[in-house]
Amino acid sequence: MDQFDWSSIPNALPFLWDGMKISLEITVTAVIFGIIWGTFLALMRLSPVKPLSWFAAGYVNLFRAIPLVMVLLWFFLIVPHLLESIFGFPRGSDMRLSSAIAGFALFEAAYYSEIIRAGIQSVPKGQMGAASALGMTYGQAMRLVVLPQAFRNMVPLLLTQGIILFQDTSLVYVSALADFFGAAYKVGDRDGRLVELLLFAGAVYFVICFSASRIVRYYQSKLKTA
Amino acid sequence: MGYNWNWGVFAEMTATGDDTYLGWMFYGFKMTVALSLSSWLIALALGAVVGVLRTVPNRWLSGFATAYVEVFRNIPLLVQLFLWYFVMPELLPESLGNAFKQTNPIMQQFLASMVCLALFTSARVAEQVRSGINSLPPGQKNAGLAMGFTLPQTYRYVMLPMAVRLIVPPLTSEFLNIFKNSAVCSTIGLLELAAQGRQLVDYTAQPYESFIAVTLAYLLINVVVMFGMRWVEERVRVPGYLGGK
Repeated sequence: MDQFDWSSIPNALPFLWDGMKISLEITVTAVIFGIIWGTFLALMRLSPVKPLSWFAAGYVNLFRAIPLVMVLLWFFLIVPHLLESIFGFPRGSDMRLSSAIAGFALFEAAYYSEIIRAGIQSVPKGQMGAASALGMTYGQAMRLVVLPQAFRNMVPLLLTQGIILFQDTSLVYVSALADFFGAAYKVGDRDGRLVELLLFAGAVYFVICFSASRIVRYYQSKLKTA
Repeated sequence: MGYNWNWGVFAEMTATGDDTYLGWMFYGFKMTVALSLSSWLIALALGAVVGVLRTVPNRWLSGFATAYVEVFRNIPLLVQLFLWYFVMPELLPESLGNAFKQTNPIMQQFLASMVCLALFTSARVAEQVRSGINSLPPGQKNAGLAMGFTLPQTYRYVMLPMAVRLIVPPLTSEFLNIFKNSAVCSTIGLLELAAQGRQLVDYTAQPYESFIAVTLAYLLINVVVMFGMRWVEERVRVPGYLGGK
């Protein structure tokens, strides 16, 4: 085994930081859109209108049965061509970042919707009954009474799912997009220091995800005692 | 939209002439199944041990088990895979590392993928085992000890037989995950299902057909596993518990 040589990391830090910004950008946008779309899916799933509920169930089960890598490959290799031929986008325009965000958001929405559905169902039935008794419509009762309580209980689970999503963003590697992991791999490959850069990347992911999950756990324990 | 659908492409001979494209897909399918099943067996065994260690009163043992779980849960699967495939052979003693590098490249990819998936999943299995054990009424352990069983005997004869039956439903979703996670191994060149799908796109220029076929194959695996596990779940259900008989 050769001696470790960490010297290529300090110079590469700005490049790695650019990669980290891409990872975070994908995570944050996908979490926001995933929760919004996931809420709609959960409401559809619980709705008394059968076709809506079937659509949501089909969507969620389909996305939960396919590997994320396959979803990303669909979005990198096939969806851009589809958009080119339908909307006449210029051929070969770089849509990798937006494809990645769209793919992650649509994929994660399936997982978020299951968390949100369980959250809505954990709100006591009497809440809905009381709201209707006060003359609220179904929509008002959901929006003003049920969802606020459901979300309060769901925050730790939604954040944990966000941490998982942050880890999964490394899979944009399949499109050669330079997120944090992609950047680390490129630097390591260029300098012949793959071992050091991969160990560094693993350590950085560990520190971020471990601290984030500790914070979530602390928040969860406060939520319980409150 | 001017796309030429051609499902007949699967019956054509590949550019290298050794097989049909359908044969390639089938090879990938077998690779995915073999990789997932072998990793799953290791993950179950390791996960059971680590999960038990997390609940024992010895602080060193439970501390080790906690560290194990945290490491494998807080590093992305892709990074772990690259660490096993690119970094591990360099860190091993030279003779072992060289022996690994001299084996058949497909074997190298398979071994690295198997170890990676197995350890990654074992941390998740361990969490399920731990929560299964913790969900047992404390009286069971105390009763076992009061009967004169040693602690290992109490685990062996009282707690584990019960805990194992309780955690089958959550393990089903981990089992499904290992098949999905195996697609990540295409990144180090292992020719499993997802990789064959990509290869078909390059060779045949029929992206829709090959991607639809690969997606359907994953759905098929999913359905088969779900029905198989439902059968197991019905068999091991504990009467009197939620969802029990």
